[in-house]
Amino acid sequence: MNWNQIRTVYGKEMRDALRDRRTLLSMLLVPALVIPGIMFAFTAVSLKVVKKAAEETPAVMIIGPGNSEPLQKALAGSPKLRLVPAASDYAQQISDKRIRAAVEIPPGFEADLAANSIATVKIYTYEGEMKSSFAAGEIDRILREFREAAVTRKLGERGLNASFVRPFEIKRQNVAPPEKVGGNLFGGFVPYLLIILSVVGAMYPAIDLTAGEKERGTMETILCSPVGRVELVLGKFLTVLTISLSTVVTSITSMALSAVGLVHLFAGKVGAGAKAVNAATGQQLPMVDPVGVLGVMVMVLPLAVVFSALLFSVSLFAKSHKEAQTYASPILFLTILPAMAAMLPGVELNAKLALIPVLNVSLIGKEMVSGSFRYDMMALIFGSSCLYGAAALAVAVRLFNRESVLFRT
Amino acid sequence: MIEAEGLTKVFRDKKRVEVRAVDGVSFRVEPGQIYGLLGANGAGKTTTLRLLATLLKPTSGAATVAGFDVVRQAHEVRKQVGFLAASTALYGRLTARETITYFGRLNGLGDPEIAVRTRRLTEELDMGEFIDRRTDKFSTGMKQKVSIARTLIHDPAVMIFDEPTLGLDVLAARTIVRFIRDCRERGKTVIYSTHVMSEVEKLCDVIGIVHGGRIRAEGTLDALRARFGQRDMEEIFVAAVGGESALARQDVPPATTR
Ligand SMILES: Nc1ncnc2c1ncn2[C@@H]1O[C@H](COP(=O)(O)OP(=O)(O)O)[C@@H](O)[C@H]1O
Ligand SMILES: [Mg+2]
Repeated sequence: MNWNQIRTVYGKEMRDALRDRRTLLSMLLVPALVIPGIMFAFTAVSLKVVKKAAEETPAVMIIGPGNSEPLQKALAGSPKLRLVPAASDYAQQISDKRIRAAVEIPPGFEADLAANSIATVKIYTYEGEMKSSFAAGEIDRILREFREAAVTRKLGERGLNASFVRPFEIKRQNVAPPEKVGGNLFGGFVPYLLIILSVVGAMYPAIDLTAGEKERGTMETILCSPVGRVELVLGKFLTVLTISLSTVVTSITSMALSAVGLVHLFAGKVGAGAKAVNAATGQQLPMVDPVGVLGVMVMVLPLAVVFSALLFSVSLFAKSHKEAQTYASPILFLTILPAMAAMLPGVELNAKLALIPVLNVSLIGKEMVSGSFRYDMMALIFGSSCLYGAAALAVAVRLFNRESVLFRT
Repeated sequence: MIEAEGLTKVFRDKKRVEVRAVDGVSFRVEPGQIYGLLGANGAGKTTTLRLLATLLKPTSGAATVAGFDVVRQAHEVRKQVGFLAASTALYGRLTARETITYFGRLNGLGDPEIAVRTRRLTEELDMGEFIDRRTDKFSTGMKQKVSIARTLIHDPAVMIFDEPTLGLDVLAARTIVRFIRDCRERGKTVIYSTHVMSEVEKLCDVIGIVHGGRIRAEGTLDALRARFGQRDMEEIFVAAVGGESALARQDVPPATTR
């Protein structure tokens, strides 16, 4: 292996690529402008939605308000609900979002309560609708309080203590670090993003350095020079890899900076919004382990080698950019599928899955981002990815020796 | 020195039909000699020259270039060869100097040596004005000069030109012709393909008339004139390939003639 030649080819290809506006566009401009733009817009819009939902006092209907004066009063006393007169088309009104929920107090409620026979109070909601669930949550809270009070009162009448029906309390304590909680919710997305970015980043240069070279008629120029085929492939491949990884790094940096910027920009609002969301969903907002993200980037490295070499080989068959793109798009698809599979709940990493490219890195990445490191699995995955990378590279070198591929007519 | 012995290249076209692009071609070119391959489109000129430049591997037969075998010592051959063709374009995003330097380095030259040679080539080819400009904005003539410098930077013993004047204006074509003569003067072995009759008359020491992948006639201009009893190159050419009807049939796969 002639390292001087590899360096010469690499140096020339990098210079060539960096003078190409399209490379710069995909490597720098998209991560630097488009990503923050999307993140900003997304945050602004979702904050607005959450805030509006939290601010709006939902309209709620009581069906049969006369059936229990005290319960009706308790509901009317909540500042978080706005009561509207009863109507028979409550279901339609909820669907039309004219009201957010309805609560039905059955006839004879007070009598049942006094006679110790069990009545049922129904809450009508629109499942999956945030504002409806806010309203239902508040109704639910008031009903529970009302029930507690009734129980306490009844026990008191019989000279019993509240502990009679509540001999002990149950409390659930979360021991997972906050990252872990976020990890399951959001962590799957980080490796997915890194993998997709590495493919997208490799796509254009892989095509340009092979099919593009054929299209521009410089392939023969380089093939008749005394550069070795292995050296030529490695020099070109390293260029593709560099650009792919640069895309990943600029994107991640841009995302991190945008996130910091967004927190500053929306400081107060994020706090309020997050609290509202937490209250509504009972979950924590995502947190990621920065060491884990760096670790995932290392794990993605051999995967980027696989993609770069694969895209490189496939594009070599093509005679033009356009043709190469049709060959390369299925590869993008092939990587998106397993990366998405890893985001499904319940897919857990084991030794067998650790050998499936893309899926393995996505799964381990999910764990790493949430701050848990299984070193044996990490080694297995990194090692197998390296092997796949070497194999893909060997294929590329073989193809570069095939005249039927290079001189396809 | 170039020696070809029974050089044959068989392609398979899209319908998997065999195409004998080069069919048992033998010839020999000495240093200080210009050998001209004269043939119509599809005669097999490009394929023959690609075989010599090691871009393609022969199906059978053998060839040596500067004493090295084109199959077994392809790498050595490439070090001895300067190959210029319509299909060897320049990297548009590099400057002329960067292009020349790149090929100098790939040929194993050190940077000081490349600098000296680039200066000399820039003078000889009158490229001073555009040596540090990107080649994508160049005229055809300017591009051709840079390509010549690219093929000459490692001072190869053998020059292979595939239709080098194709698509050039008169002035640029004359520069090329003059340059090919220069190569002969410097004692290089030159092989050269064209379908322009007048060029062969002016330039070549030995002419090989190719048709259907085979050399139909070969010799000096005088020898060919004597053999076919014609003065005009075009007449000689038509006679050598077997008349105008044979020329019209040139698309027929050459395999049938074997
Ligand atoms: N890579 C290839 N695959 C299949 N057929 C080819 C290939 N290259 C050339 N040919 C065929 O070989 C014959 C000779 O082509 P070529 O050497 O380019 O002729 P010339 O340069 O004299 O015009 C033609 O019939 C052409 O179609
Ligand atoms: Mg040709």
